[in-house]
Amino acid sequence: MKKVHVYVTLKEGVLDPQGSAVARSLHALGYDEVQEVSVGKWIVVEVEEGPNLEARVTEMCEKLLCNPVIEDYSFSVEEAVSS
Amino acid sequence: MSLQLEPSAQQIKEEKVYQEMGLIDGEFAYIEKILGRLPNYTELGLFSVMWSEHCSYKHSKNVLKKFPTKSEAVLQGPGEGAGAVDIGDGQAAVFKIESHNHPSAVEPYQGAATGVGGILRDVFSMGARPIALLNSLRFGELDTPRVRYLFEEVVAGIAGYGNCVGVPTVGGEVQFDPCYKENPLVNAMCVGLIDQKDLQKGVAQGAGNTVMYIGASTGRDGIHGATFASEELTEESESKRPSVQVGDPFTEKRVLEACLEIIQSDALIGIQDMGAAGLTSSSAEMASKAGYGIEMNLDHVPQREHAMTPYEMMLSESQERMLIVVEKGREDEMKAICEHWELHAVEVGVVTEKQHLTLRHNGETVADIPVDALAEDAPEYNPPSAVPAYYKEFQAQTPWAPADVKPEETLVDLLARPTIASKEWVYDQYDYMVQTNTAVAPGAGAAILRIKDTDKGIALTTDGNSRYIYLDPERGGQIAVAEAARNIVASGGRPLGITDCLNYGSPEKPEIFWQIEKSIDGMSAACAKLNAPVVGGNVSLYNETPNGSIYPTPVIGMVGLVENIEHRTTSGFKADGDIIYVLGETKAEFGGSELQQMQEGSIFGPAPAIDLDVEAKRQENVLAAIQAGVVASAQDIAEGGLAVAVSEGIMGGTEGLGAEISFDEDASLLFSESQSRYVLTVPAEKRDQFEQLLPDVFEIGRVTSTENLHITTPAGDTLVNISREQLEQSWKGAIPCMVKSKA
Amino acid sequence: MKAAVLVFPGSNCDHDMYYALEKGIGADVEFVRHTEKSVAEYDAIFIPGGFSYGDYLRSGAIARFAPVMESVVEEAEKGKPVLGVCNGFQVLLEAGLLPGAMKRNKDLKFICRQVELRVEENSSLFTQDYQAGETIKVPVAHGDGNYYCDDETLASLKENGQIVFTYEDDVNGSRAGIAGIRNQAGNVLGMMPHPERAVEELLGSKDGLALFESMYKHWRESRVVTT
Repeated sequence: MKKVHVYVTLKEGVLDPQGSAVARSLHALGYDEVQEVSVGKWIVVEVEEGPNLEARVTEMCEKLLCNPVIEDYSFSVEEAVSS
Repeated sequence: MSLQLEPSAQQIKEEKVYQEMGLIDGEFAYIEKILGRLPNYTELGLFSVMWSEHCSYKHSKNVLKKFPTKSEAVLQGPGEGAGAVDIGDGQAAVFKIESHNHPSAVEPYQGAATGVGGILRDVFSMGARPIALLNSLRFGELDTPRVRYLFEEVVAGIAGYGNCVGVPTVGGEVQFDPCYKENPLVNAMCVGLIDQKDLQKGVAQGAGNTVMYIGASTGRDGIHGATFASEELTEESESKRPSVQVGDPFTEKRVLEACLEIIQSDALIGIQDMGAAGLTSSSAEMASKAGYGIEMNLDHVPQREHAMTPYEMMLSESQERMLIVVEKGREDEMKAICEHWELHAVEVGVVTEKQHLTLRHNGETVADIPVDALAEDAPEYNPPSAVPAYYKEFQAQTPWAPADVKPEETLVDLLARPTIASKEWVYDQYDYMVQTNTAVAPGAGAAILRIKDTDKGIALTTDGNSRYIYLDPERGGQIAVAEAARNIVASGGRPLGITDCLNYGSPEKPEIFWQIEKSIDGMSAACAKLNAPVVGGNVSLYNETPNGSIYPTPVIGMVGLVENIEHRTTSGFKADGDIIYVLGETKAEFGGSELQQMQEGSIFGPAPAIDLDVEAKRQENVLAAIQAGVVASAQDIAEGGLAVAVSEGIMGGTEGLGAEISFDEDASLLFSESQSRYVLTVPAEKRDQFEQLLPDVFEIGRVTSTENLHITTPAGDTLVNISREQLEQSWKGAIPCMVKSKA
Repeated sequence: MKAAVLVFPGSNCDHDMYYALEKGIGADVEFVRHTEKSVAEYDAIFIPGGFSYGDYLRSGAIARFAPVMESVVEEAEKGKPVLGVCNGFQVLLEAGLLPGAMKRNKDLKFICRQVELRVEENSSLFTQDYQAGETIKVPVAHGDGNYYCDDETLASLKENGQIVFTYEDDVNGSRAGIAGIRNQAGNVLGMMPHPERAVEELLGSKDGLALFESMYKHWRESRVVTT
């Protein structure tokens, strides 16, 4: 088993209202050092090992997990601890 | 997963483990007597939830008996998932209100969301399609970040759930008072529509019939929610967070659609929501009501987590689950419907002749208890009651009058009080239009829904001014019911019935119990006089923190019938030249008023007087005038008094209008909260007809075509002269401004 | 006119759409479940609002893979009228039948209210009964209605007259105030506001009716030609 961590974020240049709201809140709490915040999604997919793992995951991202019009994605693969 | 060792029956008794579950020594002894042996841990859990205040009403049962519960309109009174009233054409309105105060105090978004989910299931388990949601919310004044956070998240939670399920949130009320700072109130009401012939009951009868489980899987969430709701809130409550359930409105929507299909099947015998105390209460109550028992095999319960114990499964309050009883042999029909909606439908037990709840797990019997012992035999208490010192003091006080009122300034300030201010910020977040029935939207005293394919509508409201009830529970109780009825009547409806949500502090304190008794006396009298019986409701006690109790806050949810949807009436002024009338006398009554709270920072003295005979007569007359078609706008006079009511008439009215008012009393009386009053506007040509129907009205002015409120004395001195825009700035701007405040 | 109203798990304006089509233009309406394979037999396809699949992941992202959608795309490409409202619009975007994407409203809150729309064009089958430039009152009810597209797409939308409705006031942060767009062929319209909630004066507005009437007229006219 592999655990794939998929990170989905808004594309650069696309206004991120959630990120701005969080940044404003952090500023209000006194964290003046905060420059920018972006909010995204983290999706964990447990998959059976097989050939073309990366290619298949890329396909999953482009087909469903991410909307390429506004979102970017990246992923990392780790060995899943068998339960 | 390490096995959590449960204490043995002997340990439970010796180490008084039952106390951690909220049972007292006497109750444990009673359980031992009923069983004729010591209960095991699972059995003790079943008793503890079923005998909690939330499920058993053990402290309130006796006082609740005082409510009138019958009328020619009542089809289903208290005792089922929800009550039902006849709305004509063979149809019924099914409705109930329920609190989710404690969960919302700890995790406001999910607490409020699951409150909405629970009340929806109460209604659709009666077979009715939910057509409206309302709510009644109480928070501290929006002056700390924590209170603002609770407010924003509760509203978001209600919106998130109701919007997704597709049931419009059409009305409600929000009030703000320091007494709710740490203990907000979140009461949700649902109204459903059904053909009377389809009304369902939660019963499990016919030995051999199958008990099925439908909906979401069972996890460890919400274990002991019912007992949690029956305790005071303390710092420890925060650490009880895992107790709060998470709602899944998407599943709820599918469960709803599946259940409404299932209900059409003649294979269905009984259906009940797994609400508070989950699988335990639904199974025990359904069996007890029918005079049968249920044997369940817990191995078949869909589980979301590993190695769940019987105790955990029975006490879990995972959401979006229903228990149904089906004619033996026809289980597959139910499964087919559920499969269609992508839901679990699993056989988990059978109805038995022996009136026991018997649970099996891994081949062993893990609980075996007479169902009536759980559902019916909870101890009943008649707690001692004592007149609180504050009440005696208030009664002895000379009534308070405001000092040195500058009418215009006072009006502007009152309009910006969050309790009075526009709640647009709140209801803009609720989808109040889905299902396309909303003829009068939120913001009015009562919402009105048309009933498709008929000429009629139903009017819905929630109300309850706790300040009057705190000052004088009996009188305040009368006012609460009367005011809800006024909202219905002013919108063109006739009250049919009530669901009440009774929020109080700890009944174990004699002064609090006195508030409960007296306010119920008052409400009962008003219900009887106004022919609006109580058909169901919910009790939420222990609303206290170490800093004190909330005001006694019974909330009235009322349903009325608008015989012809054309009779629907709103509070906004309609046309230039319409005559403005006040119905009812205005006296110097400021006890518990918004003005008193604003000026003094607290409330005291006697509550405004109310005469129920006068109240009933006026309601009858106002409705008659509306039905005769001579009333352009109608509104009861509530918090903030006449000046606020007239301002709302302008702001809610047709654009371009204002009002010219002549006021011949002391200016402070513009803000009096005397009861049983209305502001009504009437087209000039209907004056005679109107005055014949309502001879005791006072003409106070005219609707004008200048966007301005002008109030003068008979001598011509100006008391108030303010533009609609300025009124709106104060009234509409207040809540958005407070929410954004970073102070 | 034989109308299909699609029903996904979580759709919740399906009954409203059905009612508006039946009462408003006397259409012969049927619900079509997400598991159906074909919508070929219908004259027009309506994708209603709601929260298909709970709006989990992204609004409309899961629904667009429902079995019925393959046939919807096919029929749309053949020129059959397809109207997506609210969540239905989001499904059309995810399915690639219309360009762009939806983000959360700019103030991050769900918004439900009557809004004023400007009818930008009246040359399509959806808008022939409106006047171009007319202001109409139609309610919105959405959390993710903040329309986004890149500059290039926006320019082409404008150039091809694909912007059908815009908000008179900035309701949700949408680019260019876009409330509704159509495809280049003109047979697919997606819009966030709910015309099916605006077909009766009793509920506050009947300005949405002309949209359904336009579709009906188009259908009647196209029938005259073919029979």
